[in-house]
Amino acid sequence: MAFWARQISIWCSSVKTSNVANSIQRLRKTHRTWMQLDELSVLSLLCTDNRFLQRGLKTYRPVSLGSRLQSTNSSNGQIVSSESNLLSPVNHYQQQAEVIPSSDTKTLYEVWEDTPPSSALEEISEEEAVQIVAEPPLPLGSFTLRDYVDRSETLSKLVLLGVDLSKVEKRPNAGQLLLRLDFEKDIRKRLLFLKDVGVEDNQLGPLLTQNPYILAVDMEALETRVAYLKSKKFGKEAVARMVSRAPFLLSFSVERLDNRLGFFQKELGLSVQKTRDLVVRLPRLLTGSLEPIKENWQVCQVELGFRRNEIQHIVSQIPKILTANKRKLTETFDYLHNVMGIPHHILTKFPQVFNSKLLRVKERHMFLTFLGRAQYDPAQPSYISLDKLVSMPDEVFCTEVAKASVKDFEKFLKTL
Amino acid sequence: MAAGRAARTRLNGLFAVYKPPGVASIRVRDTLETLLLKELNSLEQPTVPQQVRFLPTTVEGNAGKELTLTVTQLPVLAAHPLVKGPEFTHLKIGAGHRLDTKSSGVFVLGVGHGNKLLTDMYNAHLTRVCSGTEPVWGLLCVTPILTRNQGQAYTVRGLFGKATDDFSDTGRLIEKTTFDHITGDKLERILAVIQGTNHKALLMYSNIDLKTQEAYELAVEGLIRPMEKTPPLITAIRCLQFAPPEFQLEIQCVHETQQYLRKIVHEIGLELKSTAVCTQVRRIRDGFFTLDNALPRTHWNLQNIRNSIKDSKIKVKVGLQRSLSHQARSGKRHTDMDQVAESELHSTEGTSASDLTQNEITTC
Repeated sequence: MAFWARQISIWCSSVKTSNVANSIQRLRKTHRTWMQLDELSVLSLLCTDNRFLQRGLKTYRPVSLGSRLQSTNSSNGQIVSSESNLLSPVNHYQQQAEVIPSSDTKTLYEVWEDTPPSSALEEISEEEAVQIVAEPPLPLGSFTLRDYVDRSETLSKLVLLGVDLSKVEKRPNAGQLLLRLDFEKDIRKRLLFLKDVGVEDNQLGPLLTQNPYILAVDMEALETRVAYLKSKKFGKEAVARMVSRAPFLLSFSVERLDNRLGFFQKELGLSVQKTRDLVVRLPRLLTGSLEPIKENWQVCQVELGFRRNEIQHIVSQIPKILTANKRKLTETFDYLHNVMGIPHHILTKFPQVFNSKLLRVKERHMFLTFLGRAQYDPAQPSYISLDKLVSMPDEVFCTEVAKASVKDFEKFLKTL
Repeated sequence: MAAGRAARTRLNGLFAVYKPPGVASIRVRDTLETLLLKELNSLEQPTVPQQVRFLPTTVEGNAGKELTLTVTQLPVLAAHPLVKGPEFTHLKIGAGHRLDTKSSGVFVLGVGHGNKLLTDMYNAHLTRVCSGTEPVWGLLCVTPILTRNQGQAYTVRGLFGKATDDFSDTGRLIEKTTFDHITGDKLERILAVIQGTNHKALLMYSNIDLKTQEAYELAVEGLIRPMEKTPPLITAIRCLQFAPPEFQLEIQCVHETQQYLRKIVHEIGLELKSTAVCTQVRRIRDGFFTLDNALPRTHWNLQNIRNSIKDSKIKVKVGLQRSLSHQARSGKRHTDMDQVAESELHSTEGTSASDLTQNEITTC
């Protein structure tokens, strides 16, 4: 249709390929993720209604990438490819465009003679007038998804679902991926699958924010992995919990998951049920690297001097110890054991002290020493248990444990 | 939507926090920035602007189905907070005189326009001194060294009997000695010697001739101090507690570093024919900010910081004006002595009159 040709010609003349190439080179240095529109997503973004496409592209050759471009006429395929040549520094998906046979060249010249460039004063019907889309052209490349979100159905639906696009666009190639996907075809299936697994509606948004790449994983792969987890006797709620708390879980292959579960069983020496509980409690263990966990295990055994069964008990209560910072762990233990004088068996009973900040423990301990109430031996009177020392908020700690006012605590803090 | 932005534009000025020991001061600055940004972002209410759009729809018209445009109001998703990101991502927070990781105490920070005041405070060469009252007019017996509201003051705890490589109790042990022979008056004698030598150096670096009227005026106001970069100078030092092997000193100084203070403790030990290490360096005052003004860690939030900025605004302004007027005076001093003498008299009269009225107000 005439108006369509006008649209594309205006748009293409505004594209300066040299500018695009230069800006790409300059922007590569700035370490931000660059998203580019390919031919198909441009067309799909511009036309949100099938009807337009069918009308407008009646004279154009089908380009087989898409869902919506259903037109039949083959003679103007050349025009499409010439436009795509203009966009070539920008276009990555050329390999899917169809090869145009040389016999069409003649028809091409005929077509070009038949449709001279249309003038703006040409009369068009009411329906065509209504269909003119007078919005500014989309930028061919951009740093942010803000430029595309209003015109893209996929992106709008994702925003309404709760996906934080400002975080997603910072991940490498995630923005490009989302631009390429189509909601009806790709995303809907996976969202329904996740819902079947048991992920809540309000958790779908955060999950996709953290791991947008899950939308590019094959459906069969996802199903096999969930089936594998179920075969290892993880219950439905457990699997749902694991998937929502470790968004990258289903991006891992079955071999990797198997490897990880095997590691936890052998190295840590835990029973099958305990491994399951551990993994359900902190599913991040399955998605992270195993090296820090091995190191922390060695630290606990060799440097801190805990026995094997003690470490197993601590780990089942506070799995975070396995992923904690080695240096901070040793510093906290050093203060607890050497300065506060707490023996190993009491530390095993209250492993949550390893989870808290060292500064907090130090301040509270010094306050109690100042008041003369620092008694951590259960056999002695006025004994203060470590969980009361660490887990309570300041007001409760001051009034109940230290039996002093919060103001005194603050004054004491200023004397440290 | 306006609440956050209004709060951000009004957040300008200087405030002091109490830095806990064992934390780097850069970490403290970053923690405060993150806290403030989180609170400012939470104050913003997410409202998405609406846009009027004309969408084509099919409508049953006169001749069957027709295409017309209908008016709808749709939200502009490009301005949605999930697409835009948080409103505030950066706050300009500057740190004043830094404290190293092992020491603690009053740590002055500036927000927004307050950072300019930070540079002014640095140029005013305020020393870090103990909290004190405003100088009383005519108190000539006060020695010029105890410059109130100037400089930095520290309480330093030391331990006799050990010497380490970095002068603190967590360093590698080098030597152990006896300290039974040390008494209180021996310590006082050493401190007096230190104070005396530093006083001489202070007068030398201040570049004033003690025999002039101008020097007298300055001494009375308590503004004798060096106005350019100098090595560390101790303006006052005294012993607060002495219970061997532990002792506690209060040091008022200019242009110092915490490691210098630890070195002083080490040297005191050497002078007393023993050894000493420093267990704690704690700043109790930095310029106009004292321990009372410093916010402890439990009070690090937007409301308290705003109140703290408001409270210290007047003090900082007045104090900087006084110090910088003195600096202007000393600038004139170096040009021509005769001209300077006359103009000095006029300017000192002017400032002393204003000081008089100020002090009358404070004393009344």
